[in-house]
Amino acid sequence: MTDKPAGMTLIIKTVSRLIVGLIFLYGIYIILHGHLSPGGGFGGGVVLALGLLAILLAYGREETQKWLRIRLLKDLEHASPLLFLGVGLLGMATGSAFLANVLSKGRLFALLSSGTILPLNVIIGLKVGLSLFLVVLAMAEFDIRKGADE
Amino acid sequence: MTIYVLCFALFLVGLYGLLTKRDLIKIILSSGIMGYSCNLMLVLFGYRRGALYPILEKGKEAAPMVDPLPQALVLTSIVIELGVTALLAALAIRLFQKYRTYDITKIRRLSG
Amino acid sequence: MIAPYFIIVPLLAAFLIPFVAKRRDARAVPVSLAAALSLLALSAYVFFVHSGETLVYKMSAWKLPIGINLVLDAFSSFMLIIVSLIALTSLLFSVKYIRHLGQDWKYYALFMLLVAGMNGVVVTGDLFNLFVFMEIALIAALALVAYGGKAHEFEASFKYAIMASVSASLILLSIAVVYSSTSSLALATISQSLAGKSPVLVLWLGSLFMAGFGVKAAAMPFHAWLPDAHSSAPSPVSAMLSGVLIKTLGVYALIRIFYNVLGAPPLFLQVFLGLGAVSIILGNLLAIGQWDLKRLLAYSSIGQVGYILLAAGIGTPLAMLGAVFHMINHAVFKSLLFYNAGALETALGTRDLRQMGDVSRLLPVTARTSMIASLSISGIPPFNGFFSKLVIIVAAVQAGHPLLALAAVVGSLFTMAAFLKVQRYGLRSGRPVEKLVGRVDGAMKAAMIILAALCLLTSLLVVPGIREATLDPVVKVIMDKTQYALTVLGK
Repeated sequence: MTDKPAGMTLIIKTVSRLIVGLIFLYGIYIILHGHLSPGGGFGGGVVLALGLLAILLAYGREETQKWLRIRLLKDLEHASPLLFLGVGLLGMATGSAFLANVLSKGRLFALLSSGTILPLNVIIGLKVGLSLFLVVLAMAEFDIRKGADE
Repeated sequence: MTIYVLCFALFLVGLYGLLTKRDLIKIILSSGIMGYSCNLMLVLFGYRRGALYPILEKGKEAAPMVDPLPQALVLTSIVIELGVTALLAALAIRLFQKYRTYDITKIRRLSG
Repeated sequence: MIAPYFIIVPLLAAFLIPFVAKRRDARAVPVSLAAALSLLALSAYVFFVHSGETLVYKMSAWKLPIGINLVLDAFSSFMLIIVSLIALTSLLFSVKYIRHLGQDWKYYALFMLLVAGMNGVVVTGDLFNLFVFMEIALIAALALVAYGGKAHEFEASFKYAIMASVSASLILLSIAVVYSSTSSLALATISQSLAGKSPVLVLWLGSLFMAGFGVKAAAMPFHAWLPDAHSSAPSPVSAMLSGVLIKTLGVYALIRIFYNVLGAPPLFLQVFLGLGAVSIILGNLLAIGQWDLKRLLAYSSIGQVGYILLAAGIGTPLAMLGAVFHMINHAVFKSLLFYNAGALETALGTRDLRQMGDVSRLLPVTARTSMIASLSISGIPPFNGFFSKLVIIVAAVQAGHPLLALAAVVGSLFTMAAFLKVQRYGLRSGRPVEKLVGRVDGAMKAAMIILAALCLLTSLLVVPGIREATLDPVVKVIMDKTQYALTVLGK
């Protein structure tokens, strides 16, 4: 196999470096407005993952691992389901049921409204985005030439 | 009625691909198609004639809306199928590493 | 108030393990053992203290018919005891067994997710919630089957994944049909709405559910994934899969849906009879011809689940008592047999019966516990297998199916033949074995001794005084059929 440089051409690298911020902005918009418009945690999380994947595809695996702090992303991803359980147990601690909506419901149509739905959307968006990116990164890290016996 | 029959036909297309294709990646894609047809049928069961999308917006009054519960079910189902597809893709990579082929007629070290 | 803890405790353990054990792998073990012990204590508390009453918990404080309920009646808490018992012994067994397969904490996290998924299936009272937890348990089981990293494990896991995703699509289709006709997803309100609907709809639903959950329970036409998956997995995972996964995802879901929701229509009971009889005869017959020890055990699992399905199909209270009793018996002795296979594999380095020799002096605990387990599964008194099979055969004769009773007896003879083969070649053949390749250490022996003691103790469950306290509430909940809906809606 010839040794070509990793990543794609210069045009793709430049353009993806410019628009990654916009992709993240769009993803955060979908997550934060999950209780007002379609989308929510999962859809916004997928868009965040696509932003990170754009970097991975444009620059190749080694440069991405040097540029992004993968250990921090992994720690964030391990922490987010614990935060989800924490929000659920908050409902149990204040006397109501598990995962009950115990924060104040706020005004209708405002951004900071509807109780625990907003923090749960943020947690799910973080978890889904990071999980998808780390799964694809793990598949990219895998060296298909080693370990072919047995 | 024809819409539901067409959904079921899509399910059968996915099942046909799962049963007859020999390439691992095509089997994964066929199982994906089967899952999508079930999701489509769930969303179509929530349709009410002449109703709007189920989102309350500022300035508009409440009109008859389609049933939002199947849409929530489909969202959950899509996430689950995403997880299973990711696992299947990782298994396909490892299978290629061990067997050097994607052809399921050659991946037969286990009998029966 | 107790019901959500059965889901919260294993999930919390699964999410804490990556944090706790990233630097040092060994810290994952106390976390998971603590979680399994607390689950066993909680389920024993619920089963013995609250026996006979149904606890209903409304998640997120939403009421029916909008909300998701968790329903803990006698059947659910019985299954919870089985799950936590086998999980605890599997964790004990896998402390040293997993050490050679790589990083530990991933295995323990996946194991806790498997337990969380199975607990969720048993505890929930909502149909789509059952589907979600079933998929969680499936994904964890797939990753655990492929954990060792060898070629045949990936192939087995892929085959299992494809068949399970077909069955999941079928179950999703049936959930779509249920929702469109009854506009509700909770098991209680579905059973009330379906009481007045047309029989064609019930026929459709029953067939789709039977096909979907039949794959999970490995009934005979749908069994093709089981021999590969259960023989390629590591031994404690095989014990979990064969002992509890096919029972919670398959048999529990089938009995809950066909008895409590659909009201046990007679046509489907006959289908159960057919599936059960075919599984008993063919499963045990195919087990005799296997030379790989774990494949033999996997085929024998298919046969024993056939007994449970046969008893569920007969439909009388005595038959249901036999089915429920056989569930706990099979979990206990099949897990013990898989642990023995794992111990033999560690000690001798092979799974092929033709290459094993006489180990009764070198591995005394393994040899004696495998003799106890083989006697139990063949149905020899005073071990537990005899009593449950006797109850099922007597119930078949009393309900007027003498041919099925004959099939059950023939299946039992085949089982005895298969396990005589295991004992003759695997543990007591003429060829002496000089040295062992690996050690069977204390935790593995402890797990095997606990289950062997339980093989004797669970036969006490048929004594009339103890039976009324333990098994009769379970049978009453199942045989009450659609009373389940009234009990749940009344809370």
